[in-house]
Amino acid sequence: MKHTISVLVENKFGVLARVAGLFSGRGFNIESLSVGETIDPNISSMTIITRGDDLIIEQITKQLNKLVDVIKVSDLMEVEHVEREMVLVKVSPRREDRIEVLKIAEIFRGRIIDSGHSTFTIETTGDEGKISAFIELIKPFGIKEFVRTGKVAIAREGVKKP
Amino acid sequence: MKMSGAEILIECLKKEGVKHVFGYPGGVVLNIFDVLYDEKQLKLILTRHEQGAVHAADGYARVSGKVGVAIVTSGPGATNTVTGLATASMDSIPIVVFTGQVPTMLIGNDAFQEADIVGITRPCTKHNFLVKDVKDLAVTVREAFHIASTGRPGPVLVDLPKDVTAGTGEFIWPKEVHIKGYNPKYEGNKWQMKQAANEIIKAKRPVIMAGGGVILSDASKELKELAELTKIPVTMTLMGLGGFPGTNRLSMGMLGMHGTYCANMAVQNSDLIVGIGVRFDDRVTGRTKDFAPGAKIVQIDIDPTSIKKTIRVDVPVVGDVKHVLKGMIKELKESKEQWSAVRNAWLKQVDAWQKERPLDYEHDPKVIKPQFVVEKIYELTKGDAVICTEVGQNQMWAAQFYKYDKPRKWLSSGGLGTMGYGFPAAIGAQMAMPDATVFDIAGDGSIQMNIQELATAVINKLPIKVAILNNRFLGMVRQWQELFFKERYSHTDLDVVPDFVKVAEAYGAVGLRAETTAEVVPVIKEALKIKNKPVFMDFVVDWKEKVYPMVPAGAAIDEMIFGEKKEKKKKFDSSEIKIA
Repeated sequence: MKHTISVLVENKFGVLARVAGLFSGRGFNIESLSVGETIDPNISSMTIITRGDDLIIEQITKQLNKLVDVIKVSDLMEVEHVEREMVLVKVSPRREDRIEVLKIAEIFRGRIIDSGHSTFTIETTGDEGKISAFIELIKPFGIKEFVRTGKVAIAREGVKKP
Repeated sequence: MKMSGAEILIECLKKEGVKHVFGYPGGVVLNIFDVLYDEKQLKLILTRHEQGAVHAADGYARVSGKVGVAIVTSGPGATNTVTGLATASMDSIPIVVFTGQVPTMLIGNDAFQEADIVGITRPCTKHNFLVKDVKDLAVTVREAFHIASTGRPGPVLVDLPKDVTAGTGEFIWPKEVHIKGYNPKYEGNKWQMKQAANEIIKAKRPVIMAGGGVILSDASKELKELAELTKIPVTMTLMGLGGFPGTNRLSMGMLGMHGTYCANMAVQNSDLIVGIGVRFDDRVTGRTKDFAPGAKIVQIDIDPTSIKKTIRVDVPVVGDVKHVLKGMIKELKESKEQWSAVRNAWLKQVDAWQKERPLDYEHDPKVIKPQFVVEKIYELTKGDAVICTEVGQNQMWAAQFYKYDKPRKWLSSGGLGTMGYGFPAAIGAQMAMPDATVFDIAGDGSIQMNIQELATAVINKLPIKVAILNNRFLGMVRQWQELFFKERYSHTDLDVVPDFVKVAEAYGAVGLRAETTAEVVPVIKEALKIKNKPVFMDFVVDWKEKVYPMVPAGAAIDEMIFGEKKEKKKKFDSSEIKIA
């Protein structure tokens, strides 16, 4: 099962290597990982998407907690949370398809952040469902380049998981 | 007060109460060694290899309970510590290793003797540090000792660039340590402890399985109290030997791959396993799905990652073994259980297993049996020596045929299985306990892996007794080849084994040899008389001897094989036990 794990860590060199090493050394897989500073510049937050049965996820969270530089670990699957990811897509549609591509971008609240003679670069954010639906629709028009940030996630306030 | 980085380091070590440091000099640690030149309170013991220094620090820590310390140089000096760190990491031994590093401005340039030792040792240390500024030095040393010695102990490495030790800074000793992400939990959860105690009350055929955690948390007294109060038979892992008296009536000896018949049978037929400071590793559990199939499992460990890592656990208790046992004893004392009556049938069955197949070997008046040597060492030292071992058959015989009554007297590389561990560990142990009788029970293969440390032992006048069970083979591997590889002895015949008596003499130590069974006792007695230098005892033993019982890899632990006198084992039926 897929899990989204949020980790607060000391903002020090080598911390990412410790976290990554923990996964690789024990044969756990990271599907997506994003890291950034928090409001406190001494602390960074990581959002890790990983897969595993309950025992593996339990080991992962325990092992993360054991790292000296890790301050807090929360498995967001245990709470209601929101996830977002941003993608940048460079499309090179045929001349006659350009309008349609722009329309699709609009439907997904995407923004054109760069435009050339033959390409558009579209920026869009959303949860997994939205992003994959967007990609599905845009694919036939010819994706030249495609990058995604990896997911970030945050727990919802005052909402209990049913 | 302004001081050089090197002076700050040494002051920090003194503040931590360090008396002995093991080490080896080199280019980028010259400043540190220069300060050590005049140092009176702190003694550096020069080993002959950096691996030896780390194992010695490890041995020092195991017998004394204090943090062991080593200082080595950068590059090869640092990479030579990796085996020692991994050994200490697997066995949770508190050591701090300081490595020199090239100056900060050269890091990453592939400078002379540069190695990314922080990167290399990340997976085999509890934590590691690179100090980039002399102002961070004292805090880092303080944190390193704190992390190494608290919670589940382990090795910590501190990398010190040359400009940090050569630079100057203010020496401020931090009064306390506060690390946001590091708060080991010592007290056990009350409800969990109560549950664990309830399982003991409900159990009809309980077994206590004690591991290294008992020794690390100094909980032997509490373990004995718990076992004797509730009349539960105790088995120990290799790391747990000495945590419970081996001569106690309730002791079943070691379990697992080369455990006793009694311990393995009791575990497999139990209805409750109380795992205390054990991590249920594969050498103990055998095939995990068939491990103690009818038992509920209580696991007490300070490290939450040890719990449920390899096997299912019904009652987890996270906390320091000593604290948790105290809590459980209190709980159990309140129960009105008539323990002796309740356990009578089960203990009788355990005794029956003990009598059915005790640890055994066929004595030979002509050829020396290695087990006989260990037995005689036990008798002649009255069970009171510090026993270090190498790895392989020598280690297993030392575990089986010497009875450990006290903790911190058994030093063996349990998790990593490091050949070459025992001799330098014995040096560390003898430095920590000058008056103790210290043995290294070795094989002819493993003693050659750190034999250079003879020089260290000679120069420091350490009367370490090295008993080499010399079978001219890498015996344990040979045993597997004999049993599972059709006797194809690929590269286990050592062919040329040095004359250990002459080697010892060449270093200025004493060399003795026994070639017949009758010579064994006189040789040990002679060795015990030597008080100011190490002695090598070369016991020319029967090369065909194997370690039994043995659980083949991947088998359940009651699927043991025994020596030549094979017999069918009786299937145990738990309904035979009449519980009063």
